[in-house]
Amino acid sequence: MSDYDPVEVTPLHADELARAEADALAAISSAADLDELKQVRLAHAGDRSPIALANREIGALPPAARAEAGKRIGAARRAVGEALAARQTELEAERDARVLVEETVDVTLPWDRAPRGARHPLTTLQERIADCFVAMGYEVAEGPELEAEWFNFDALNIAPDHPARSDHDTFFVESVKSGKVLRTQTSPVQIRALLERPLPVYVISPGKVFRTDELDATHTPVFHQVEGLAIDKGLTMAHLKGTLDRFAEVMFGEGISTRFRPNYFPFTEPSAEMDLRCFVCRGASAVPGNPPCRTCKSEGWIEWGGCGMVNPRVLIACGVDPSVYSGFAFGMGIERTLMFRHNAEDMRDMVEGDIRFTLPFGMEV
Amino acid sequence: MKVPLSWLREYVDLPPVTAHEVADKLTAAGLKLEAIASHGHDLKNVVVGKVIEIEELTGFKKPIRHCLVEVGEAEPREIVCGATNFGIGAVVPVALPGAVLPGGFEIASRKTYGRLSDGMICSEAELGIAESSPGILLLPDDTPLGADVVELLGLRDDVLELEITPDCGYALSIRGVAREAATAFGVPFRDPAALELPAAEGVTHPAEIGDPTACDRFVLRAVSGFDPSAESPLWMRVRLTRAGMRPVSLAVDVTNYVMLELGQPLHAFDRNTLQGGIVVRRALPGERLETLDHVTRDLAEDDILITDDSGAIGLAGTMGGLSTEISGSTTDIVIEAAHFSATGVARMSRRHNLVSEASKRFERGVDRELPLVASWRAVQLLTELGDGVAEPGVTHAQIDVAPVSITIPSGHPARVAGVPYSRETVVTRLEQVGCRVVDGVAPAAEGGRGVAATGVVTSGDLAAKLAVTGDDPITVYPPSWRPDLTDPNDLAEEVIRLEGYDTLPSVLPAAPAGAGLTETQRLRRRVGRSLALSGYVEVLSYPFIGARDLDHLQLPADDDRRRATRLVNPLSEDEPFMRTTLLPGLLKTLVRNVGRGFTDLALFETGLVYRPGADAPETAPILTVERRPTDEELALFAAALPEQPVRVAAVLAGEFERSGWWGQGRAATWADAIEAARAVAREAGVTLDIRADQHEPWHPGRCAALYAGEILVGHAGELHPRVVEAFGLPKRTAAMELELSRLAAPVPVQTPSISAYPVATQDVALIVPADTPVSSVEAALRDGAGDLLESVRLFDVYEGAQAGEGNKSLAYTLRFRATDRTLTADEIAAARDAAVDLAAARIGARLRGV
Repeated sequence: MSDYDPVEVTPLHADELARAEADALAAISSAADLDELKQVRLAHAGDRSPIALANREIGALPPAARAEAGKRIGAARRAVGEALAARQTELEAERDARVLVEETVDVTLPWDRAPRGARHPLTTLQERIADCFVAMGYEVAEGPELEAEWFNFDALNIAPDHPARSDHDTFFVESVKSGKVLRTQTSPVQIRALLERPLPVYVISPGKVFRTDELDATHTPVFHQVEGLAIDKGLTMAHLKGTLDRFAEVMFGEGISTRFRPNYFPFTEPSAEMDLRCFVCRGASAVPGNPPCRTCKSEGWIEWGGCGMVNPRVLIACGVDPSVYSGFAFGMGIERTLMFRHNAEDMRDMVEGDIRFTLPFGMEV
Repeated sequence: MKVPLSWLREYVDLPPVTAHEVADKLTAAGLKLEAIASHGHDLKNVVVGKVIEIEELTGFKKPIRHCLVEVGEAEPREIVCGATNFGIGAVVPVALPGAVLPGGFEIASRKTYGRLSDGMICSEAELGIAESSPGILLLPDDTPLGADVVELLGLRDDVLELEITPDCGYALSIRGVAREAATAFGVPFRDPAALELPAAEGVTHPAEIGDPTACDRFVLRAVSGFDPSAESPLWMRVRLTRAGMRPVSLAVDVTNYVMLELGQPLHAFDRNTLQGGIVVRRALPGERLETLDHVTRDLAEDDILITDDSGAIGLAGTMGGLSTEISGSTTDIVIEAAHFSATGVARMSRRHNLVSEASKRFERGVDRELPLVASWRAVQLLTELGDGVAEPGVTHAQIDVAPVSITIPSGHPARVAGVPYSRETVVTRLEQVGCRVVDGVAPAAEGGRGVAATGVVTSGDLAAKLAVTGDDPITVYPPSWRPDLTDPNDLAEEVIRLEGYDTLPSVLPAAPAGAGLTETQRLRRRVGRSLALSGYVEVLSYPFIGARDLDHLQLPADDDRRRATRLVNPLSEDEPFMRTTLLPGLLKTLVRNVGRGFTDLALFETGLVYRPGADAPETAPILTVERRPTDEELALFAAALPEQPVRVAAVLAGEFERSGWWGQGRAATWADAIEAARAVAREAGVTLDIRADQHEPWHPGRCAALYAGEILVGHAGELHPRVVEAFGLPKRTAAMELELSRLAAPVPVQTPSISAYPVATQDVALIVPADTPVSSVEAALRDGAGDLLESVRLFDVYEGAQAGEGNKSLAYTLRFRATDRTLTADEIAAARDAAVDLAAARIGARLRGV
């Protein structure tokens, strides 16, 4: 800057400019990091850099020389600017790569600081079953677990001395004559639904039931059933079968084989048992000569639940006219369903509350 | 019911099918296969032999004989045998080397007791005929030597074990099963009960029916000169054994055999022990009877008895008395065949806890027309096999019973099934069942509609309600062996069952649109999900508790939760009550998990508790089932049953946030328990009001009462150290229990208005007395700050020297925002000051440093 001359400025000399540009490019390429590059930018592209000074002097040139000088200086500025930008990008990439490497962690470290719990599969299975029927238009009905005998037995056409009543192994409450029991089935909810709801009635009722069995691998004194009831005009056994076939499909997947066979329940007439094709042997074990099957005891079928057309006597006890209305009812064991659907082998696991049993089921079953 | 196929085939010409195929058809007809037992299929190389020489071997601990046995071969065989019940000339079964006996036991030629034994002389047990047998099976002298024993004795058989439902008494007989099999295969049925009865002369033994509600037919026949030493023939013993009954003596075996064959329970008396005429009546007060099983029973006035001049000699249709029992010297036998009240026998059997083959059949319904036939069949067998003479007379007391008839439109079965059946199909199927079917409506029989298998007499009123009317009526008279057929739908079932349940189509009904889950049902699901996502694992414990559980909870004597419903027949005398709180079950489950090696546990349960009212009626009524209960009657049920609200409870111990490589975790505390309750309430749209309380089983200084508005909904906090010790819980176990039923169903959330204006944040530190509940300070700040307050958050609690003795310092961040403008500094300061002022006025709070 010592020889500042408005007319004849050194940097405006072509070779001076070329040198300034070359200096700048050399400095840029040798800048080792972003800080150095910042200094280089100040020195070679800043306001006081030779090229900037030269640029400022263009106006002092004779008009004839201006265009040519402007062109040269513009080219030099562009070259330096581009080199700066390129080097900037290069150095930033280098820096980022370095920093990100430095920040690397071991993503395989475990993290169970606040572990999630789980819902019991018997609960979520009841919900899934309810959802299946809610989708068909049913509503979920409820009733007390400690129930009046009239609801649990009499209204269901199970007379006091009926052989079926002794099969129920009932828990009596307060005294055997109190008229109160722990419900042995979810069927009393049928009665309550018919007494409380306007017709037609389509309800599903999952819940807890009680029988005086000792706990072992296949029995528990407190277990769960799901009861279904549909009372409408013109319902038939074909409707019952259609409903349960659909239910079986939702529970166990398309292609599940089902079978209806005659059975006896006081509260339905006609009555049927709904069997499922054995999941394990697919029925093969029932053929003589084939290996036996533990799951179905080589019967080829496993009992899923009872069902039938609601006995008109039950309708009469609820004040429903059987000459106008008919319908069906069914009841399935939730524990059994869980066993079939999820290979649960021991009922004790379902009642003991061991967290190892429940945790794998998470929020849904 | 165990049914040997060979026996079944006597009455049905079954096609050449396997036992499984027979079982499949019967299962489809409602007689469900339980198991198939195959007999004699692996039994081979056993022939008839004759003992021609016996040499007693000495010098052994037990008698050992070396025999020469002629088995129809060129040379007799040498066989060593330990049995002594035969002599030279005895005809016996011989298992030859290579024979395989039941259980895969292979016979080989071998050296034993110093002699060659080239086969084995067999007992009944060894042939799989009997469970045990004292000696060798002796065959008739004229049995052809060398004949195949298995063929000869018919030892090769399959036994179907069928599950018979309570309405199918008739199927507890070969006769009944054979009828079903004949229908199932479409082949003729030969009824073993179709016997020609001889014309009777006079009465066997005087007898009368004293109570027509107990018995409507009573038949006696007699055999005299019976040889008490006569043994039951092998074929009978084999059949009885295969059918699951133990052979006893000829007289007893015959009664059992006829019962299995026809379904009619029989009883045999020793005629010489009978004293005077027999009367069937109900028991008198104080009467007792020693039954065949040597138990002396106090009789109830409802019991149906067979009596003579000496008093009770049998529990009708259940078990005979000891004093008139057939003995080893009985020569004169009286056979009883009767038709007793099904409910009467059921009640008696239950009362005396005595289930017999007879009672099982009577309570399920026995063919009323069998007694004359079955008694004659027994007499025939006794005289044939036991050398007796049939007495010419028969005692036959009976009460007239109106025939049952059911009128239905012929289209009724089709309407129940949802399948068209022709009129012909309906009539044919009903006739196969044994019904008589006539066209049109028959006049109703006099005297009621008969006694159902269930014992329920159908009143005229109920019959009218059950009646099905319509076009083309047919009147159906069920056969005597089907007392279970009383209602129109019973007939529908018979038709559908015989047509085959497998022919029913599968049709989804179009239910009307439902309303989905109720708010309460949805809430219960959300509560479960919320707790599970917070780390709690759901358990389903038994709802039974004991007084000790309540003691362990340190409940005072007058605590409401001690008023619990007691079970009459609990599984364990230690837990005879229904739970009034969910905590004992949860705490015991927690302990079980700790015992299995888990230390950090958070569990929850949702379920009912049972809270009997202090002055609830003791009994719930048993109403008629012939009409709908009245509203007043329904109210009686509601009053008698305990309240059964839904509760949710949670327990937690150990670390609630785990320790790990990241550092120290956080132990579960009272605060987590309260937060669990908050999480539950939040799902119901309720912000709980937390108040300090003292309530068992919680730590008196760490117990929160949970309020929804002014309704107490539960408690939460740390458990009392004594409770922790009593249950053996980890130290500082925390718990909450909340009654979901007390939270109102959530109402729709109202959308808040979102302000885009800037927030103004103010921190205040308040000095308050140390025992001031923080919730009251926050409430005062909120109330004081007014509508501009967006949120208030406590970020520090300090109880050091700078707060002053007996004080604590609470540091809050208050955030203010208006919906319509940016707040000015003055507005913000005024709101903050108002908040602080109200806290000062209410609680005596003062700003720290002021």
